[in-house]
Amino acid sequence: MKQVYAVPKALQPRATHYCPGCTHGIAHKLVAEAIDELGVRDRTVGVAPVGCAVFAYDYFDCDFQQASHGRAPAVATGIRRALPDAVVFAYQGDGDLASIGAAEIVHAAMRGERITVIFINNAIYGMTGGQMAPTTLVGQKTTTSPAGRKLEHAGSPIRIAEMLSTIPGAAYVARVALSSPAHVARAKRAIRKAFDTQLAGAGFSLVECLSTCPTNWGMAPIEAMTWLEENMIPYYPLGEFRTPEGGASNG
Amino acid sequence: MSKVVFDEAKCKGCGVCVHFCPKKVIQMADRINAKGYHPAYLANEGDCISCGTCGRMCPDAVIEVFKP
Amino acid sequence: MAERKLFKGNEAVAEAAVRAGCRFFFGYPITPQNEIPEYMSRRLPEVGGVFLQAESEVAAINMVYGAAGAGVRVMTSSSSPGISLKQEGISYIAGAELPCLIVNMVRGGPGLGGIQPAQSDYFQAVKGGGHGDYHCIVFAPASVQEMVDLTMHAFDVAEKYRMPVMMLGDGVLGQMMEPVVFPDPAPRDLPTPDWATNGARDGRATRLINSIYIKPDDLLRHNHKLQAKFKQAQVDEVRCETVNTEDADIVLVAYGTSARVCRSAMDRARSEGLRVGLVRPITVSPFPYQVIADVARTARAFLAVEMSMGQMVEDVKLGALGAAPVHFYGTPGGIVPTAAAIVEEARKIAKAEVGK
Repeated sequence: MKQVYAVPKALQPRATHYCPGCTHGIAHKLVAEAIDELGVRDRTVGVAPVGCAVFAYDYFDCDFQQASHGRAPAVATGIRRALPDAVVFAYQGDGDLASIGAAEIVHAAMRGERITVIFINNAIYGMTGGQMAPTTLVGQKTTTSPAGRKLEHAGSPIRIAEMLSTIPGAAYVARVALSSPAHVARAKRAIRKAFDTQLAGAGFSLVECLSTCPTNWGMAPIEAMTWLEENMIPYYPLGEFRTPEGGASNG
Repeated sequence: MSKVVFDEAKCKGCGVCVHFCPKKVIQMADRINAKGYHPAYLANEGDCISCGTCGRMCPDAVIEVFKP
Repeated sequence: MAERKLFKGNEAVAEAAVRAGCRFFFGYPITPQNEIPEYMSRRLPEVGGVFLQAESEVAAINMVYGAAGAGVRVMTSSSSPGISLKQEGISYIAGAELPCLIVNMVRGGPGLGGIQPAQSDYFQAVKGGGHGDYHCIVFAPASVQEMVDLTMHAFDVAEKYRMPVMMLGDGVLGQMMEPVVFPDPAPRDLPTPDWATNGARDGRATRLINSIYIKPDDLLRHNHKLQAKFKQAQVDEVRCETVNTEDADIVLVAYGTSARVCRSAMDRARSEGLRVGLVRPITVSPFPYQVIADVARTARAFLAVEMSMGQMVEDVKLGALGAAPVHFYGTPGGIVPTAAAIVEEARKIAKAEVGK
């Protein structure tokens, strides 16, 4: 029989610690598929964040460094500069990247650092138990916004893809969703393109993945995917915000 | 060999494959696996079109799909 | 014979690092150490290295983490407020067992403090600084030549122990010009270490640079391993200079800039008939406790002299263990003590301790 779908080889054959239905696992597979397709597993160095993906190094079958909270782009920069022919990617959540690590991601993009960042936006702090994130939607209840996020108190959720798309060094910036087969197919193409951008030496690349957190959202997995599509996509529009070939249409 | 092969020990019973299967050929088993979850299984191989959707959507890299 | 050149302390450190094979520098501007990144920005491209000015000290130390983890010789430099910002990263570097050099040209604090030389960050440098049980190996040079020699040595020590090494200087040492000889670097093959995350080529197993050990037993074992390394360094790496301690009644203890002044004070006191000696720790971590303990058997008293409110004095007391009284004289705030003031202190102590 012909194999239609295979588990990517760049993943370790072990179960993850992620909750049932959490879309981190889908993002992991898409990254691993890109590494497999490009045949770069043996020169890839990944950088794990602080957050639910802290143990990402246990799941990818490539060299890894584990970074302190928010500093994955800086760690990836150190690796990138030390190893010019490596493929370097950082995998970060929204507390890590959009809150405590806001400076590092902006400046990595500004330098046009030849790294690929996979940014998981699930609108909440997962690992610490469901606190408000910079990406939490207005009105969304979390353990630190029990009455729902209030605009006048906490401001608007941060749109990272749009913000980074104003930076010339950011060669490829896209936002995708991991909530349906069609969206996952587009996410796969975007993640592959982000790695292609790095390998072409075009500059910094980032794919923001709208993701679910069934546990902390208090929803069943499919219910969470529906909630994502009905609530997150209207605020976080999908698409490519910068592309290497985009020229003047970028930003 | 089955069209859909489950690495059942890794399955967390999230049901994402069941939901997105266009032919509704996957179901959750009554039994529980070593992790304590009801694992997914191919309940109706005859109607399976080997589209691969279940494999691509599974967050836990449980599923591989084959076409005769 | 290598040529003697007049070099500013900060630039001498930078040149010594380059000659030691350091090819990567990540830093952020702060007075009084800016000559180091400025020098590196010119020098490293000449030797195929990378100088990168980071967006912050926090980013810079994490770039050091990434590059060190990739297996290259790497350094950063800063001064007190900037070193505070680096502490989280230094803790991770210690936890992940990465070798690197951190140059700290200390200025007065707390807070923004001032830009004048100080020794008020001794605790931060030698007692950990960041979170968790760890130590850096910390060198405290007292001349530009010693900064050169210790910088070249520092990378070897960092790699031997897989520990962060700090060069603890101050604004005086960084800014002063002295003639130095750069040892000709032996042509050295610097192999990539067998733990570096540089891509799992040729079928080797994947590697991980990491400081998280979520199982308590694993973290306990990891901590024992870190402590065992430092205990070994306490045996093998302690450096200390002693002058005139054999017959001394009063022994000054000082490092770095204050040790230079103490040497003058010692000479002046001797000319006045006071038997004064000097213990000058060159490694302040590991600290030369045994030297203090040995000297305590014959000395009447110690006088610790620091450009702080009294930090190293606690280690002197730990070394003396009550065998001799330990006095303190300090000048915080960016003030360098005068030899006259130190002699005066020594005279008072002699009167009290020797006169008994």
